[in-house]
Amino acid sequence: MNPFTLTRAETVEGAVRDFRDSDSPAFIAGGTNIIDLMKENVARPTHLIGLNKLPLNTIEPTAEGGLRLGATATNADTAWHPEVQCRYPLLSQAILAGASPQLRNMATNGGNLMQRTRCYYFYDTATPCNKREPGSGCGAIGGYNRIHAILGASEQCIATHPSDMCIALAALEAEVHVVGPGGSRVIKFEDFHRLPGNTPERDNTLEPGELIVALELPKKGFEKHFSYLKLRDRTSYAFALVSVAAVLELDGSTIEDARLALGGVAHKPWRDKAAEALLIGQPATTSTFKKVAEAVLKDAVGQGTNDFKIELGRRAIVRALQQATAGGKASDVFLNSNP
Amino acid sequence: MTINTKYVGKAPNRVEGPAKVTGTAKYSAEFEVPNLAYGVVVSSTIAKGRIKSIGADKVLALPGVLQVFSHENVPRQAWFDRAWKDDIAPGGSPFRPLHDDEVKFSQQPVALVVAETFELARYAAGILEVEYKEEKHETDIEQKRDEGHAPGKGKSGYKPPKSRGNANKALDEAEHRIREEYIHGTQHHNPMELYASTVHYHPDGKLTIYDKTQGVYNCQQYVAKVFGLSKDDARVINLYNGGAFGSGLRPQYELFLSVMAALELKRSVRVTLTRQQMFSIGHRPHTLQTLEMGTNPDGTLAALKHYCLHETSRFEEYTENVVNWSGMLYQCDNVHLSNQVAALDVYTPQDMRAPGAATGSFALEVAMDEMAYAAGLDPLDFRIRNYAETDQSENLPFSSKRLRDCYHLGAEKFCWSKRPMAPRSMREGNRLIGWGVAGGVWDAQMNKASAKATITADGYLTVESAAGENGTGTYTIMTQIAAETLGLPLEAVTFRLGDTNMPEAPVQGGSWTAATVGTAVQKACQALGEKLLKLAQKMDDSPLKGASLDDVEFVNGQLRLRTAPEQSVVLRDVLQTSGEREIAADSTAIPNLINMAKYSMHSHNVVFAEVMVDEDLGTVHVSRVLNVCAAGRILNQKTARSQVLGSVVWGISMALMEETVPDHRFGRYMNHNYAEYHIPVNADIHNIEVLFVEEEDPYVNPLGVKGIGELGLLGVAAAITNAVYHATGKRVRRLPIYLDKLL
Ligand SMILES: Cc1cc2nc3c(=O)[nH]c(=O)nc-3n(C[C@H](O)[C@H](O)[C@H](O)COP(=O)(O)OP(=O)(O)OC[C@H]3O[C@@H](n4cnc5c(N)ncnc54)[C@H](O)[C@@H]3O)c2cc1C
Ligand code: SF4
Repeated sequence: MNPFTLTRAETVEGAVRDFRDSDSPAFIAGGTNIIDLMKENVARPTHLIGLNKLPLNTIEPTAEGGLRLGATATNADTAWHPEVQCRYPLLSQAILAGASPQLRNMATNGGNLMQRTRCYYFYDTATPCNKREPGSGCGAIGGYNRIHAILGASEQCIATHPSDMCIALAALEAEVHVVGPGGSRVIKFEDFHRLPGNTPERDNTLEPGELIVALELPKKGFEKHFSYLKLRDRTSYAFALVSVAAVLELDGSTIEDARLALGGVAHKPWRDKAAEALLIGQPATTSTFKKVAEAVLKDAVGQGTNDFKIELGRRAIVRALQQATAGGKASDVFLNSNP
Repeated sequence: MTINTKYVGKAPNRVEGPAKVTGTAKYSAEFEVPNLAYGVVVSSTIAKGRIKSIGADKVLALPGVLQVFSHENVPRQAWFDRAWKDDIAPGGSPFRPLHDDEVKFSQQPVALVVAETFELARYAAGILEVEYKEEKHETDIEQKRDEGHAPGKGKSGYKPPKSRGNANKALDEAEHRIREEYIHGTQHHNPMELYASTVHYHPDGKLTIYDKTQGVYNCQQYVAKVFGLSKDDARVINLYNGGAFGSGLRPQYELFLSVMAALELKRSVRVTLTRQQMFSIGHRPHTLQTLEMGTNPDGTLAALKHYCLHETSRFEEYTENVVNWSGMLYQCDNVHLSNQVAALDVYTPQDMRAPGAATGSFALEVAMDEMAYAAGLDPLDFRIRNYAETDQSENLPFSSKRLRDCYHLGAEKFCWSKRPMAPRSMREGNRLIGWGVAGGVWDAQMNKASAKATITADGYLTVESAAGENGTGTYTIMTQIAAETLGLPLEAVTFRLGDTNMPEAPVQGGSWTAATVGTAVQKACQALGEKLLKLAQKMDDSPLKGASLDDVEFVNGQLRLRTAPEQSVVLRDVLQTSGEREIAADSTAIPNLINMAKYSMHSHNVVFAEVMVDEDLGTVHVSRVLNVCAAGRILNQKTARSQVLGSVVWGISMALMEETVPDHRFGRYMNHNYAEYHIPVNADIHNIEVLFVEEEDPYVNPLGVKGIGELGLLGVAAAITNAVYHATGKRVRRLPIYLDKLL
């Protein structure tokens, strides 16, 4: 771990300025990811800019009828917030399926989007990794890749984004509000994370020095029919092998609107709008769900140890859609975790 | 008068509990010593090759860095292998840290950076540039299937018993047969507490070493021999272990490194490993086993063959007793057992909770289930039909064995009779339900140990023996034994352990501590009791005049005649009248070799498990486990039960999730952290019930105890595997049972 200096920003402008004016800076919020990466010598910033004093920890309704989640509000405060529980139970369920209570108490919403992959090779500086050290090769290809991608991977990187929260945000079509040296902008959630392509060192489209200030949820929360199903190697405190966020709007048993996002399968939360469209106007039955599941995974490619994810993904989609159809209660947050 | 100083068999709370929960219990990395320097280990990034260079200069230039130790400057130590052999070392040449430029396994310590602060040492270690010349390594046992060899005779080199009958012929003639292979990968002990050593360098050059170990004497003799010190110069202390599970049986390299640095720098030094480095200090080996069985028409076992191949390092021949249990658990006249090892470029494997038996009982007991199904028999009924009344391997009677009672009690509590035989016959919605049974056998061992008992004039008793405490309850049961032997309240007794200034005890392993140290404690207290009786007899009008030790009992703070309890003296009065400030006695207990030659001494258990498996998603939920153990006398119901509870959790882990995964291209374990090396969390654990069928065993040792630290793990993974088969009809023979194996 490198020696580093730490300042605590009081204002958004101050944080952005401090970043611009420093050598090898990094933001730190809850610290649950960046500190680990520093200890492993994967991240080597020499200056940390603390974000927890920024006035960004509130959760408030927006003028458009949505909800604005401050970037430094903790994952725990967000998941248990009454507005989130009532109107966006999918998000609450997804957050609570992640990590552990201790971690969620520290982890922030901004940090959750920015957390890096859990690829074993990325974490171990004794092995090659294009994401950590561009050009060094990808250790996971041809290696142990149980937690790796089956969709949208490249020859340079097959890592997955590990977040649960982001899978729900992708399904809910949130927006990411950022402020940087060049001013502020809004990034659609689907454009925030990216596929690895030839530049796996870049996880997302945030420019260096840009700060996430908030996430905005649109009005529609799909609070009646939702499901976050997470499959993993133990019942809690493990990252998803495959997770599915499914939301539906039903008219009787006919599907009026639907969204589906997958976690644990790609470098970003995976949406397939063409496949989702197959649900619209169809009866909410298992045979419909199976068709959609086939469509979502038709281009999936296994890497060896993770081949099972293709079939598991199909089955998880069907189950999540069945559970969403049956409806979830906002308080019933463990409804869809493992049996 | 009722006796209220009887503690053995009751359930008193842990005596060290308050110290642990209030944080006053100190672990090896927590001892404060003056002028401490900090060492951080640099681990190799390759599995095999040579170190070309160590870029120490750049690091030494940092103000506050005291030294970079590597093979280039490590001081000379003992030359011969025997100096490096600890009590538990298997055959071969023990690993010598920083010895030369050779890299023998991935994550081998290649340098120690010592600095004024931990942070600086860690930074300096992080930027130390080490260049290697890589050589081709081999780390995959699967590639060594044809290169196994029978292990040599080195220490702990188990030999399978001679074959009996003619297994091949009996197999040919059997009515039903099975032959299957069972595999589990590498597992690491991963106790919560990291390996650490704090070495206090005294002005006279003597050392006090606080080391994380399961045996302070083992470490002391290792340090003395390796560094050519006298034992007086190196006192080793370990008061508590934050778990160890066998990983602390042998001295680990933090001990060598911290002592070496302290002697060189003439300064106190602490070395703490990282969690990642905990994957470089021994492991349960990756093991391949093949079982062949056949039955006679009446459902008795006609033949049994068990073959095992497991890994060892290139430099030591670690051997596990995987197969021997199979010749002992069931009655069978045609048995062939064989055991092989193959050397790989890995660190030497190391005993891990129920070494060999956890592995062997998994294969044997899944095979028994397969055999029962092949023969169309209920798996529990099949076991009872083949109950071993004697130990056929040794041709000896058991000193005691109530496994049959365990079967019956367990079956009744679990409602086993309601189990339909056919797989996939129980379900609840999406969930398939299955019940499985399995069990095991474990040695009831005893070793030599000494203890010293001292009572002071105020009636307080202190008993000491250099045993270890891994959180198993040693402090508590020894306090119970001492208090009961001398009839004192628990609060008036203190048991101390873990210090080479105390009478010698062996490493804490093999589940032998209760028997070994317990007997020594009892004997020391009896010897002290004899002295007290003599003093009591010297008192004026002593009612005990002429009585022998057998005629009296120590009860409720009194010494009294057994036949006439009203004839008594108060112990404290005896002490006060004697005018002595304190009275002490010590004693050494050794196992009874005659009984050992006459009887086979073993503990047994049976485990019943219920699983629910999501039919579509393959997730397994262990909803119920019942573990019934016959392990002689139970000294403390609470700590014994906790041991078995922990074992069940461990078995669930072994069955469903625990595995250190190597990437053989790099010869390196890839999930070397707690986030990716999965062990159960609370949400994985449901109903666990523990029952003891107590055995009266006059032969095993004077206390009649068999030890409970390891037994409980046996059969758990097999019972779960068998339950998964019953639920799904899928037979998994490679642990862990990840969900994808059931898709
Ligand atoms: C053992 C373990 C298990 C876990 N399991 C799960 C799981 O199952 N599911 C899951 O979803 N997550 C899991 N997590 C990850 C956890 O959710 C993230 O570590 C956490 O969300 C990160 O938030 P933080 O505030 O601590 O970020 P930090 O560690 O402080 O920062 C992480 C990154 O985000 C950047 N950053 C932080 N805030 C901002 C901002 N406002 N704008 C721009 N950049 C910013 C930092 O510079 C840094 O690069 C787990 C973590 C651990 C350690
Ligand atoms: S998958 Fe990506 S993160 Fe993992 S080793 Fe390959 S390049 Fe690195």
